[in-house]
Amino acid sequence: MQQERLDILLAEDSPGDIRLIEEAFAENDTEHRLHVVRNGMETVDFLRKQGPFNHAPRPDLIILDLNLPQKDGREVLAEIKTDSVLKQIPVIVLTVSEAEDDVRESYNLRANCYISKPVDFRRFLASVRSILSFWLTVASLPEKLGADSVKTVSPRR
Amino acid sequence: MTQDMFGKPIDILLVEDNPGDARLAMEALKDSKVRNNLYLVQDGVEAMQFLHHEGQYAQSPRPDLILLDLNLPKKDGREVLAEIKSDPDLKRIPVVILTVSKAEEDILKTYNLHANCYISKPIDLGQFIKVVKSIEDFWLTIVKLPNGSGS
Repeated sequence: MQQERLDILLAEDSPGDIRLIEEAFAENDTEHRLHVVRNGMETVDFLRKQGPFNHAPRPDLIILDLNLPQKDGREVLAEIKTDSVLKQIPVIVLTVSEAEDDVRESYNLRANCYISKPVDFRRFLASVRSILSFWLTVASLPEKLGADSVKTVSPRR
Repeated sequence: MTQDMFGKPIDILLVEDNPGDARLAMEALKDSKVRNNLYLVQDGVEAMQFLHHEGQYAQSPRPDLILLDLNLPKKDGREVLAEIKSDPDLKRIPVVILTVSKAEEDILKTYNLHANCYISKPIDLGQFIKVVKSIEDFWLTIVKLPNGSGS
């Protein structure tokens, strides 16, 4: 139900998992774009358009692993969800842990949903497909505003 | 898997004043492969009473998932959402907004109020059922729901 091109940010440090997610994403054959960052600092930089990411689009959806190097995913989640501009972006926690404490904490920190990664790669792929199918075609996402919108091309004043 | 290892059914609170939509949702969820108990309330005041175990709802369970319409009598769904998400005992419960409005300002406002997800109800019957099934597939089988309800 989303017409325009969406930007999905994946914050994930495991190369194997990145690969699987990219595969699932590619199956959809859409115009949507998947951006990958591999640690918590990069995630924050991307979202704040800092450093190498100063032209990064604002993501429409974030898929976030909790166990990220440099800055933990839980901290990143807390930062996103307390930021007045970023908090509206749905964050899907996709992480190894099944621990109730992690689930609880993530929802307390306003994660939109929590998914623990299946060990079996086929089930993992199926989960990722479900995530993409649900969030890109069933759920409505908040629209991008202003300069991030793909439609805006006017020069700066 | 979202059912705990003892196979406890998932408790879903449906907050919906339109009887036709309520009926459709209940039918669709009844067929679910995941055992669930569906509780229906029809206005915003009842929703909060249910969640606070008040009056006739003294024995109500804490829901694992809430499906919330925005346009409710007595207390608007946006208010209900805001109350849920600012209550330390309730805020963890995933709230899926399922409402007619496609208005961007409603979508934005509800995500800002920490709705977990926003879905606009299809007008078409068949599509509506499909959407409820999608909610079931995703929220009952893929997602890990917080285990707050004393199980």
